[in-house]
Amino acid sequence: MTALLTVAGVSKRFGRVEALTGLTLSVAPGERVALLGHNGAGKTTLLRLILGFLRPDAGSIRVGDHAPDSTAARRAVAYLPENVAFPKALTGRELIGFYARLRDVSTDDAMAALERVGLAHAADRASGTYSKGMRQRLGLAQALLGSPRLMLLDEPTSGLDPLSRHDFYALVDVVAAAGTAVLLSSHSLSEIEARTDRVAILREGRLVADAPLSRLQAEAALPVRIRVRAQPETIDDVSDRLGGTRVNGQTVELIFSQTEKMRRLAAISALGPLVTDFDVTQPSLDDIYVHFSRAAGEGGAS
Amino acid sequence: MTSHVIAVARQEFRIAARNRWVLLAALILLVFALVLGLLGSAPSGSLGVGRLAITVASLATLSVYLVPLLALLLGFDAIAGEVERGTLPLVLSTPVARGSVILGKFLGHLAVIALAIVIGFGIAGAAVMVLSGEGASGLIPLARLIASSIALGAVFLAVSYVVSASTTQVGTSAAVAVAVWLALVVLYDLGLLGALVLDPGGGFAQGAFPWMLLASPADAFRLFNLAALDIGNTATGLAGATEELPFSPALCLASLALWLALAFLAALRAFYRLEP
Ligand SMILES: Nc1ncnc2c1ncn2[C@@H]1O[C@H](COP(=O)(O)OP(=O)(O)OP(=O)(O)O)[C@@H](O)[C@H]1O
Ligand SMILES: [Mg+2]
Repeated sequence: MTALLTVAGVSKRFGRVEALTGLTLSVAPGERVALLGHNGAGKTTLLRLILGFLRPDAGSIRVGDHAPDSTAARRAVAYLPENVAFPKALTGRELIGFYARLRDVSTDDAMAALERVGLAHAADRASGTYSKGMRQRLGLAQALLGSPRLMLLDEPTSGLDPLSRHDFYALVDVVAAAGTAVLLSSHSLSEIEARTDRVAILREGRLVADAPLSRLQAEAALPVRIRVRAQPETIDDVSDRLGGTRVNGQTVELIFSQTEKMRRLAAISALGPLVTDFDVTQPSLDDIYVHFSRAAGEGGAS
Repeated sequence: MTSHVIAVARQEFRIAARNRWVLLAALILLVFALVLGLLGSAPSGSLGVGRLAITVASLATLSVYLVPLLALLLGFDAIAGEVERGTLPLVLSTPVARGSVILGKFLGHLAVIALAIVIGFGIAGAAVMVLSGEGASGLIPLARLIASSIALGAVFLAVSYVVSASTTQVGTSAAVAVAVWLALVVLYDLGLLGALVLDPGGGFAQGAFPWMLLASPADAFRLFNLAALDIGNTATGLAGATEELPFSPALCLASLALWLALAFLAALRAFYRLEP
């Protein structure tokens, strides 16, 4: 499948700040890619480059076969900025109608977009009365107008409650299933709920990872942690036999790699009644993210 | 594209109407105009000019200060504010051309200003006409005042877009807009006045002065209205400036048109350079 969005070796600096360095990334039709990074990592800068608002100092960007600032590219792209504050006095219907006219989309299609994000019931209320989640959905409705081929969403789920976030990703799934390429930015892996096909991690303007989540999990090879509890009288014995470290009077902590997991569990169960309880902590999505965004270079940027 | 221009213009007008901007601007103009019209028209008979003509003269002086201020207030936020609120990046991510966006904003805002002027000055003019029992003779100066006030508003709207598109923060934009108003409307006149005072020989008054009036949009506007009323000296004390103008008053309109064209081009240029 040929990529819809191609970013090749793009660098961008603002005065002394090197916002992006030699960034290469592509997104295919129907693909959902999450762009992760800390504050100031360069996520918004990348999206603004793709929109043609900024020009790269080096490298090239193509949307389909078009340059980013061309009319053809802008017809193909939809954008949801990081923080939009719509004119408070205007209603949802008026706002979506306005963006529809700019995109040469009919009023009916505009209302259909409001319905898709579940905002039809509030269409005639001033947007100033909307909750944050409703405003975000209005922004998303605007991005749905005219069946874009590439959606650029800057932190679309920050500040949304888990339910709204779930609805949001359900909508992204539908859009992507219809062939739209989706590139969305976020601050953490846990926020995107493993709902994207690929994860690209930016660290200080450099791409430090670009792979499906499962591969990142495997590559990171983060250790498993097991905490074993025992009686205070037997805790030293348990600690010696398992080779862990004592955390307090009745807990021993073991940290080891994924491949050792079964062997260690067998050793623990062999202790029989000496062990009163234990719990296993797998590395979380956030742990994986922290691993890649801390350990630059080791992340296997591809 | 025309449909994009109309969409943006309608949106801007709608926002201003919904925010009570139109109402407020019209009220401000109306109150000032009524006060000037009703107070200022008392000693009219002795001058041999109609009450409405006197009213128009004082309204022109009011317009010089208020209309540019209203235009700058309406325009300073137009671009910088939308960048800050994230709505301009949204608009510019659609296939709309930047030229259409700024032209649409201009037309929408100009409609706001025009409506406020027509309501404010129209009602005040009608009140004076009814009270003075004069016929329709004063209608032409009033219409001229209203039309040229709208032109003055257009000039300062374009100027406000230059300010708004060249500054990236609304706060800065507001400060610069106020400074522009002070410089173009107040300080420029004070400077000219100072030059007149410091020039006992009268060479300046005879030579450069009228042309310097012409060069400023605010003074060109005032000159145009007063010259047409034939009461320039009495109403302004500008030492016969309108009496012996070395050019036709119509040139004042050309000055406004030139200002508008240049300011709009500068606004376009700044807007095309903007990185939203
Ligand atoms: N217009 C600008 N002028 C100067 N520096 C800028 C500009 N825009 C961005 N930067 C800098 O570029 C870097 C990347 O910023 P960017 O906004 O892309 O980060 P981000 O990943 O979107 O961060 P956040 O998660 O906080 O939104 C930052 O160091 C920022 O200060
Ligand atoms: Mg950002």
